[in-house]
Amino acid sequence: MKITRKDFLRLSGLSFLAAGTLEAARAVAGSDSSAQNSPGKPSAQPVRWGMVVDVQKCRKDQGCDACIGACNSAHNVPHLADPKHEVKWIWTEPFENVFPFEQSEYAQQTDAGIPIPLMCNHCASPPCVHVCPTQATWKRDDGIVMMDWHRCIGCRYCMAACPYGSRSFNWVDPRPAIAHINPDFPTRTKGVVEKCNFCEERLAQGLRPACVEACPEKALVFGNLADPNSEPRQLLRKRFAVQREPELGTGPSIYYLV
Amino acid sequence: MFMFEKAIAGSRRYWTWLFGLLCVTAAGFISYLYQLNVGLGVTGMSRDVSWGLYIAQFTFFVGVAASAVMVVLPYYLHDYKQFGRITILGEFLAISAVIMCCLFIFVDLGQPMRVLNIILYPTPWSLMFWDMISLSGYLVLNVIITLVMLTAEREEVPAPGWIKPVILLSIPWAVSIHTVTAFLYSGLPGRAFWLTAILAPRFLASAFASGPALLILFCLVLRRLTGFDAGQKAIEKLAVIVTYATIINIFFILVEAFTVLYGRIPGDVQHLEYLYWGLDGNYHLVPWMWLSISLGVAALILLLVPAWRTSPSLLPVACVFVFLSLWLDKGLGLIVGGFVPSPLEAVTQYTPTLPEWSIVMGIWAIGALLITVFYKIALSVREELGELAGVQHSIVPEAESHQAAPSIVSTRMQQAD
Repeated sequence: MKITRKDFLRLSGLSFLAAGTLEAARAVAGSDSSAQNSPGKPSAQPVRWGMVVDVQKCRKDQGCDACIGACNSAHNVPHLADPKHEVKWIWTEPFENVFPFEQSEYAQQTDAGIPIPLMCNHCASPPCVHVCPTQATWKRDDGIVMMDWHRCIGCRYCMAACPYGSRSFNWVDPRPAIAHINPDFPTRTKGVVEKCNFCEERLAQGLRPACVEACPEKALVFGNLADPNSEPRQLLRKRFAVQREPELGTGPSIYYLV
Repeated sequence: MFMFEKAIAGSRRYWTWLFGLLCVTAAGFISYLYQLNVGLGVTGMSRDVSWGLYIAQFTFFVGVAASAVMVVLPYYLHDYKQFGRITILGEFLAISAVIMCCLFIFVDLGQPMRVLNIILYPTPWSLMFWDMISLSGYLVLNVIITLVMLTAEREEVPAPGWIKPVILLSIPWAVSIHTVTAFLYSGLPGRAFWLTAILAPRFLASAFASGPALLILFCLVLRRLTGFDAGQKAIEKLAVIVTYATIINIFFILVEAFTVLYGRIPGDVQHLEYLYWGLDGNYHLVPWMWLSISLGVAALILLLVPAWRTSPSLLPVACVFVFLSLWLDKGLGLIVGGFVPSPLEAVTQYTPTLPEWSIVMGIWAIGALLITVFYKIALSVREELGELAGVQHSIVPEAESHQAAPSIVSTRMQQAD
């Protein structure tokens, strides 16, 4: 094969271009991964944050909403009167709506209406992350599904994808609807999606999530699911626990002791 | 600008029509400014029904855009000469519909000024990324095709040979835009109503019914208002296409209904129950869904009888029925039905608000405006060539057209081959 001067120049030009693109791609990838790394400990041990909800303990306190109040004030979650515009990070729903096929028809009298605390499941394979067109929501190495409220374009594809109804959209400006603004946590603007962040800002300081701390009955147990000796893992060994819609293969990190 | 001078010379009627459309657009724009200021809370959407009329309209008009392939394919692949005069109408319809789709997506965004994030952070595992690629690609293809073909027609020269592969590419591309749009919904694990493999085929069938039905109506309107005659044969063939697509669409609906209703899995049945019988005392979509079915069946009966299908008074009725039926089915029921009941069994009523309707109508008006201007340009070019009287090659009687020179385009195509 004969290479003319023109061919040689064209080839070398292309090679430079290819090398440059590769370098640029590497730089972009590098900056991305550094941004995604969890703050704090560079632990050698794998971490997967999860929670066990002891429904029986929680049931004793009907009417108690300490966990919800703690979360809302920690995260500047607005209180909007119109239920269509609600923003919810942790909230309760009646047992039969959360686990519609979990109970036998004869159990209704004891279980019906029991409020079940709900929040983002921080799925192992989160459908919301798969569909987001801008990577404004992503999964960290420690299992927390995060949101970037500055990148979100508000297309609400993640809301359609979430099989748990865990995501809220700011249909209106949330700021006037926040009773006391916590200056340590950002408020959101209208037009973006938000949800429970497993208190990643508290985890970074070595604290447990606000809802867990606030629960007077210790019904919410938080810990590292990847550690066989962690508190949630010990509970899950001893007692029968369910996840919400495990058949979808999303791998929720929230377990319910029923 | 390219042949734009044709669009600014028109009759009083033409200008009145454009002015009316501009008024509707302006009203929509003002409503959009209101939405931009207050937030999407001015719409009827909610935490549970988080997509509404905007996304439903987007879905419906992707179908209209894709349906251009139903005139392009017979003309270019099967050399069906009768469509020679209307391929450009189909392609212009596609361009207008794709632009409407982009606008419907845009007005649905909570943070529209960040829309470029889709390009800045390309995410190939998100179907929305591919929808953007396929829609914008389809727009570019059709703009190139119409520009080149119309220029060639005006200059009375053969179209360049390279346009043929571009046109051929636009055929599978049209199928892709509606397939990818169906995949937006049919790949979501938690939404049983959409989680079905028949969704993409159903989208295509309903698109190939509603799009050509609209095109027939356009041809009939043009025949009445201008001297342009699409040709009886072309219109009849389009009606046959609408008939087949309607039959296939109804078949797909029944297939889906059988699987869900005979299977009786509660999570699957609930959505159909909500749409067609009402759920938890909420019936507000029920009359519309049955209207859609009734119109679809009525249209099918009109279309199946050849004498009615070719009747100049019944064909437009059938086309209006097809269009309305599918608009209700796809532009209303499909999206809302997927969200109700919610994953937490909530039945939330969705009623579009006045600003929401105003924005939707504003985008329709933009679509109508584009179609008017495009068709005006195309017809003016042909008028100049003196072809409106019916001397164009493609409408020579069938017997002759086999040997006689067909249209300029296909002659050129044969040379290029």
